[in-house]
This record gives sequence, structure tokens and C-alpha cells, in this order.
Amino acid sequence: MTATESRVEYEPVIGLEVHVELATATKLFCGCANEFGAEPNTNVCPVCLGLPGSLPVLNERAVEFALRVGEAFQFTVPASSIFHRKNYFYPDMPKNFQTSQFDQPICADGTLVVDGTPVGIERAHLEEDTGKSMHVGGSGRIHGADHSLVDYNRAGVPLMEIVSRPEIHSAEQARAYVSELRSVLEAIGVSDVKMEEGSMRVDANVSIRPVGQEKFGTRAEIKNMNSLRSLGRAVAYEIERQRELLEAGERVVQETRHWDENDGRTHSMRSKEEAYDYRFFPEPDLVPVAPTDALREKVHAEMPELPAARRARLVEEWGINEHDADVLVADAGLANYAEAAVVAGAPGKDVVNWVTGEVLGFLNETGLAVGALPLAPDGLAELVGLVADGTISRSQAKDVLRECLEEPKRPKAVVAERGLAQVSDEGALGATLDGILAANATTVDEYRAGDDKVKKKKRGFLMGEAMKALKGQGNPQLLNRLLDEKLSA
Amino acid sequence: MTAREIAAQVRSGERSAREIVDEHLVSIELLEPEIHACNLILVEEARAQADAVDAARARGDELGPLAGVPIALKDNLCTHHVPTTCSSRILADWRPPYDATVVTKLREAGAVFVAKTNLDEFAMGSSTENSAFGPTHNPWDVTRVPGGSSGGSAAAVAAGYAPLALGSDTGGSIRQPAALCGVVGVKPTYGRVSRYGLVAFASSLDQIGPFASDVEDAALLLETMWGHDPCDSTSIDSTPEPIRPALLDGVEGLRVGIIDELAGPDGFQPEVLAALDRATTVLEAAGAKVDHVGVPSAAYGLSAYYLIAPAEASSNLARYDGVRYGLRVPADGVAEMNAATRDVGFGAEVKRRIMLGTYALSAGYYDAYYGQAQRVRTLIIRDFERAYEQFDVLLSPTSPTTAFPLGAKAGDPLAMYLSDVCTIPTNLAGAPAMSIPAGLDAEGLPIGIQVLAPVLGEAVMFRAAAALERGLEFTARPKLLEAR
Repeated sequence: MTATESRVEYEPVIGLEVHVELATATKLFCGCANEFGAEPNTNVCPVCLGLPGSLPVLNERAVEFALRVGEAFQFTVPASSIFHRKNYFYPDMPKNFQTSQFDQPICADGTLVVDGTPVGIERAHLEEDTGKSMHVGGSGRIHGADHSLVDYNRAGVPLMEIVSRPEIHSAEQARAYVSELRSVLEAIGVSDVKMEEGSMRVDANVSIRPVGQEKFGTRAEIKNMNSLRSLGRAVAYEIERQRELLEAGERVVQETRHWDENDGRTHSMRSKEEAYDYRFFPEPDLVPVAPTDALREKVHAEMPELPAARRARLVEEWGINEHDADVLVADAGLANYAEAAVVAGAPGKDVVNWVTGEVLGFLNETGLAVGALPLAPDGLAELVGLVADGTISRSQAKDVLRECLEEPKRPKAVVAERGLAQVSDEGALGATLDGILAANATTVDEYRAGDDKVKKKKRGFLMGEAMKALKGQGNPQLLNRLLDEKLSA
Repeated sequence: MTAREIAAQVRSGERSAREIVDEHLVSIELLEPEIHACNLILVEEARAQADAVDAARARGDELGPLAGVPIALKDNLCTHHVPTTCSSRILADWRPPYDATVVTKLREAGAVFVAKTNLDEFAMGSSTENSAFGPTHNPWDVTRVPGGSSGGSAAAVAAGYAPLALGSDTGGSIRQPAALCGVVGVKPTYGRVSRYGLVAFASSLDQIGPFASDVEDAALLLETMWGHDPCDSTSIDSTPEPIRPALLDGVEGLRVGIIDELAGPDGFQPEVLAALDRATTVLEAAGAKVDHVGVPSAAYGLSAYYLIAPAEASSNLARYDGVRYGLRVPADGVAEMNAATRDVGFGAEVKRRIMLGTYALSAGYYDAYYGQAQRVRTLIIRDFERAYEQFDVLLSPTSPTTAFPLGAKAGDPLAMYLSDVCTIPTNLAGAPAMSIPAGLDAEGLPIGIQVLAPVLGEAVMFRAAAALERGLEFTARPKLLEAR
């Protein structure tokens, strides 16, 4: 037996836990505003501060959002679900327990199709977020800090935790799952889904097992990935780390590992053996969550088009390819922008070229959101029209668009301002050509006498002179035709 | 004087609210050194509230049902900017930024808050000896306990500090001290009265209720504060059937069951059982049909209660950690500060129950303890439902004994827990029950009889209690008051 034959092939097994902040106007159990970036401890009240005597009341809007999630991922939403208390001490948790759903979640047993492959989602449940600690002095972590400051604005913000089944088998698939999940959550309007701002947080449970083995390997839980890219990198790193351990005859320890973006590695945080006993028990201050039929019907009736259906429709209606549809629909705002431009009269295919090219490039470059663009979708349609009717060339259009993305200007205004409009008037072009031909009579003669090679060269020179005289604004197709006519006359 | 009489005098202008509150404040000043029913006497606040009532009357405004009536509040009810200590060192200096819903309702009804009353720390106890600020003494005999945990409120009404007081009842904390102090005490149906602003002990059992010197006053106070509250998810969303219109309708044909499991003889003082017999006779004479009924699972109530209540308490009291409010004992590190604060801030009984509850919820023990206790609770609910198929109300002693001497059970938690054996099953069932005075024992100490009713059965419960009150003719007063 050779060394290559004895090498074991491993299959990664990945489960993802995704926390999304729900974009409700108020918190999960009180009327305080749910907003990002307010002055510390201004969006607080006796309830979300956990003051003695205060009691929680469930936000109905959060239930409605959970029902939307239920619809979007074909979850079963039971007639009633309940909240539990998860007990542990932490200074940014006002009651020293988190009110969360436990063994009876509002959404059970759903599915998400990722690149044609269904991935099971075990559950999605509602829970409250904690406050935020800032440790001052020392290393900036809680141990060794001089003191800590706590901001309770986030305490009580509604979260949905969406837990996939361990049915993901590569780093790429993990990324694609989260990307599609994000698109769906954005499409149904329940969350901002911004990983960078923390309104979407992903933890990955990663293990590997020999191909063909049914039993799962020991898993590590990876935390602190704040972009799709870092998710992909962290999972790929962790798979490789575990493979190296097993190939060296060592074992994987069940533990939580922290992804470090800078060194590109995962680091051990604490092992599960010393994990807390959370002493879960049913929250006695809340009644079961029992969505009415009326609410279920309302949510069902109001469900927007989901990304998969939207992609299929755009491919069908606009004749674009699937890749472009993927890129476009991955960002609901971008897709809405493109659709609005089409409604304003531009052909879908042209719009998609601009949107997935220059517009997306500009957004990535500047970090802006679509909504912040100064150019409204009908402005993009205007630009497409200017190219289509020959007023400007495609390369001119790129410059015009750039200016309209940077400043609040309409394409027509930029064209006028820069004097960019192409000269498409046959009379004007003809007159210019006549002048050029008269001034270069020798060249014209050489053209007429020459062979193909000479003809090509002389014609090119005359064309260049004419364009120069037109300051580059001559309609090239028209100019070419007229020149040929005049030379062969 | 009853709350009704005071309210009538204020409304008619016979006396001013200010005059009435000053009179009560004088009584409090006089008796408080001996009784210690109060954590805080609200002299300025009470006078201001009384003056506001008088001003409203002078303007010709409509007065609330309790306008000018002095009332004492158990010190686990949140009062805006007024210390709310739960008789615990950990909250000794805490001033809530809000009023409990019941406090708001009483303010709107024109009531005048004269005191925040003493209790067993966080309402955990049956004698008010577990207060961080010293015990309350029974007005009938100051060497004895007033019962607990609402001992301060019971003693306040018994001593005439106020005609009315509020307590909270988790396992008998209104009814047992009412019995030991010779006043009326009511635990309403769970969810009848909003718990918003009641500092939680055991959330699924806690219920606020009235103390009064007679049944009708208790009904008046309950009707003033009950009803749905959007701030309490567990509050009942239906309009209660009023109590007072049918209060004097009598008990002709009413089916009354004596609960065998709660009628001794073991552990029950013979005079208490004799009072139960007298109550039976009174009801039969008034036309009720009295028989015996078994509520077999009631015998397990105490065990189930001492798992469920501590479990919930261990979680409810986790927030007292020195981070945000209340006591903080500095130490190196957060966990160390939490531990030092809780060590100094909580008394022995609170610590005992936190330990019990933490254990009962622990991984591997949950099902055997908390889970099993919840199953017993379900059995108790079913047994009561079965009993109420045959009976309209049930009857038992409120407490197996009359008031015991201070210190007698302080070192024996189990003996102390047994004084709630008759009251606990109702809390587990979520049903209403009330205690009314039924006589004195040989030492001149009051005996209480408990009337129990099915969930939402306040109206029939009060009707039976009113009939008992008329028949038993309890008119005795503490000697302390007669001397004055």
C-alpha cells in the first residue's frame, strides 16, 4: 500500500447559527426605541433595565416578523411557543438572565435552497439582545480592565437566532448559505442584515469526519466573523486545522474558537467542559406566543417575492444570465434600483450591465448603500437612453455616470455641461468632411490610387482629421459611412 | 373607623382628608416604637396627598372612591422616588423611577399613602422576622410575631395605622398575617391584580391583595385596584364581576366544603379547629350546605411550593448584583464584586432559597425537582377543579396556629414553612382565597378562617366571607388600642 492510498479523505460538516437583529421600531419587551447609534443609555426604561418590579410584554411586531421568517423558509409555526429564561451572570445583561426561546421555538424545521441544494434549518427563535460593555484600561478585555462602562441601549433589542442543520459541507457553501439567508431576510424586510454593524452575527460549528462515516467528528464553534469573507476564511482555516490535527494523530477538542481577522487563524477561547449551566426554565412573566389566524393570513398575503423567484423572473423577463441575476438580487436594494430604472423605460439588459458594473463598482469603492446614491433610477434610465439614441458613446457614458454618482446631477445636464453630445447631423458632418478632403487633396489622390493597404492607411488618416475637427463628438458610425460615400464618389 | 366611613366623611365635608391623615399619623408615631410595622412613615407625602384631596373637593372636582383614606403599602411595591427596600440591605437606598400599577390606581382613587410597611426580606418568610430592619411585633401581643411576609401591613391595619393596607401573597403572605393579626386579608385570583411594580419573589405565584378591618372594606379596595393591565402579560383580560352588589345576598343553598387535608388534627392548635367548627355552624345556620371534601394533592403543596418558589426566586433575584442600582460592595473583578455584594446584601433565608432554587433548576436535577413540582401543581389544580364541581366555596383554617412568640421558629426553617400549609395550595392553583377573623384563643390571640373559591370566584368568596363575618361577630380589638 502506498502513502497516497492510505490517506483518509475527510468531509467537513458545518452548522451555522445566525443571529439577526429585527428591525422593529421598539424593543422586544418594552416600548423603547430600537435604534443603532443613540447616546449611551438613552433608549432605556424600567423594563429593559430589568429594574425591580418591571415586567416584559411581547412586541407583536416581532411576532409578525418571526411569522415572515416562518413563511420565507417554510418553517412550521406551532399554535403556541414559549419563552424560557437562560440564567447566567454578566454585567451587560440587566436581569442576569436572557429571555429567549428554548425547546419550543416559534419556527421549527425550515429549508433554504442554496445554489440548488436544500439546506435544512432546524429552528428560528426569538430572544432579547444584551447591552454592550466597554472595558477601559488594561488590554481592553474584561479581565485586567480598570473599569467597565455599560450601554443598555441594545438590551432588549429583538433578535432571531436561525440555526441550520449540520448540512453544509464547505467554506464556499457556508458563505453561499449566509449570503442567500441575508438576501431573503432583507427581501422580507425583517432586518438590516449588516454583518459589519453587528445586526447579523454568524457562529459556525465546524467538524470533519472521514468520508463515508456517519458519526459526526468533534466540533469547534467559531465566533467573531464579521463579514462573508471572514466567514469563508475562518471556516476554511478551521477545516484545514482539524484535518492537520487528525492526520497528525491528534484529536479535536470541543471548544469555542475566536477568529482573528489579522493573523487569519482561529484561537481557543474556552472549552465546553467549563461551560455554564444555564438553568433554563419557562419564563413565568410571559404567556405563550399564539399568533392568531388573522395575523398568519395577513403575513402570508403580504409576503414579498423572495430572491430565488426574483432571479428566475429577471432571467426570464430581461433575458439576463443567471450570474448577473445572482449578483443583482444578492442586494435587494440594488435589484430594486435596477427594476425602477427598467420601469422608467430602459431595457433590463442594459440596466443590468450598468448596475452590476459601474454602479456596483462605485458602491463597493465608496462603501455607500444604494439608497444613498445621488442618481435616482430614472436618471440611470436617462443615461441608457442617451447611449441608445447615439447622443453619447458608451465610453463617454461611463464618465457621465461617474459624475452623476459622485454629485447630484442628471446625465443630460452633464452631457450639456461638457458639450458631449455627438454630432449626428449628416449635413454638418458632410460639410466637415468636405473641408478635410479639400485640404488634403494629395492624400485623397493617394487613397484612390493605392492598394488595400494604402487605402486603409490613408482612410484612417482622413477619419482622424475629421474627428479632430469635430472635437471627438462626431457620430462615428455616421462619419464612417459619409467618408466612404465621399471617397468612392 | 372603616375606609367607607372615612371616604363618606371626606366626601360630605364632615372632616377634611388632612385632619384624618394627621390623626392616623399621630397613632403611628405613638405605637410604632412598640410595633415597628413600618420601614418608612410618609409624613410629608401623606399630608400633601390629603391636601390635594381637600383642594379637589374645594374645587368641586369629583372625588375617587378612596379619597382621603389612609393606606399602608407593603415595601415591595414600587413608589415613585420613595424608597422601596423589600426589607433588604441590597435595596436599602433604592428609589424606583416609577409607580407600581396598583399604586397609580390608588393615587387616582384619592388614597393617602401613610407608610411603606415591613416584610420578610423579599417576602420570604412567615413571621416578618427575616427583615433586614428588625421584626414587626404583633399588636395583640408585642412579644409575638405578626405573621408574614406582609406582617407590617397586617399589623398596621390591626393597630389602626390605616383602615387599609396592601400586601402580596406568594404562599400565604397576606392571609397568614391577616389571621395572626385579626384582620381581613385577601389573595385574589392570579392575574386579577396587576403585578407591574411588585418586586418579584416567585412570578407564577405572586399576587397583590388587600388588608382591611372588615370584608366590605377589603372588597372596596380590591375593586379599586383590580382589572387588566397591558404592562402585565399575565393579568387577566376580562372585566371582573363586581363584588359589593351581591355582598349581602347570603349563603342560602351555598355548597361549602371543608378540606379534610387542611383540617388537622396533627400540627393544628385545637382552638383553631374549634373555630373552624364554629364557622361551619354559622354557615349552616345561614342556610349553607356544609360537607367534607378531599383535595388529596394539597398535602404535597408545601413540597412543590418549596421547589417552584425558590426556583423562580433564584432567577428573579439574580439582578441584584451591585452593577446598576442598590448596594455595591467593592471587590477586585466583576464576579468578586457580585459575590461580595450579594453576600452582604442578602439575609440568611433569602440565600437559603436562592441555593434551593438554583439546585432545583440545575442540569440533571431539573426534571426530578422543578419538573416534578410542576406536575404536582397540575394535580393540585385538577383536585381543586374536581372539588368545585361539588362545592361553591371551600373552607379551612388559615394557619394551623395563632401567633407564635418572636424567635420561636426563627432557627427552624421547616417549622416556619409549615405555618403556610393551609395557604400554599391556593397559590399553586392560581385561585382566590381570603382570611377573616373567627375568634380568639385562650391567650387572647386572633384565629383566622380561610374561604377558598375557584379561579375568578371572588364574588362568591366574598359573599360567603360576609356571611361568616356577620355570624361570627368578631369585635375584639388589641388591648394596646383599648388602653388608649
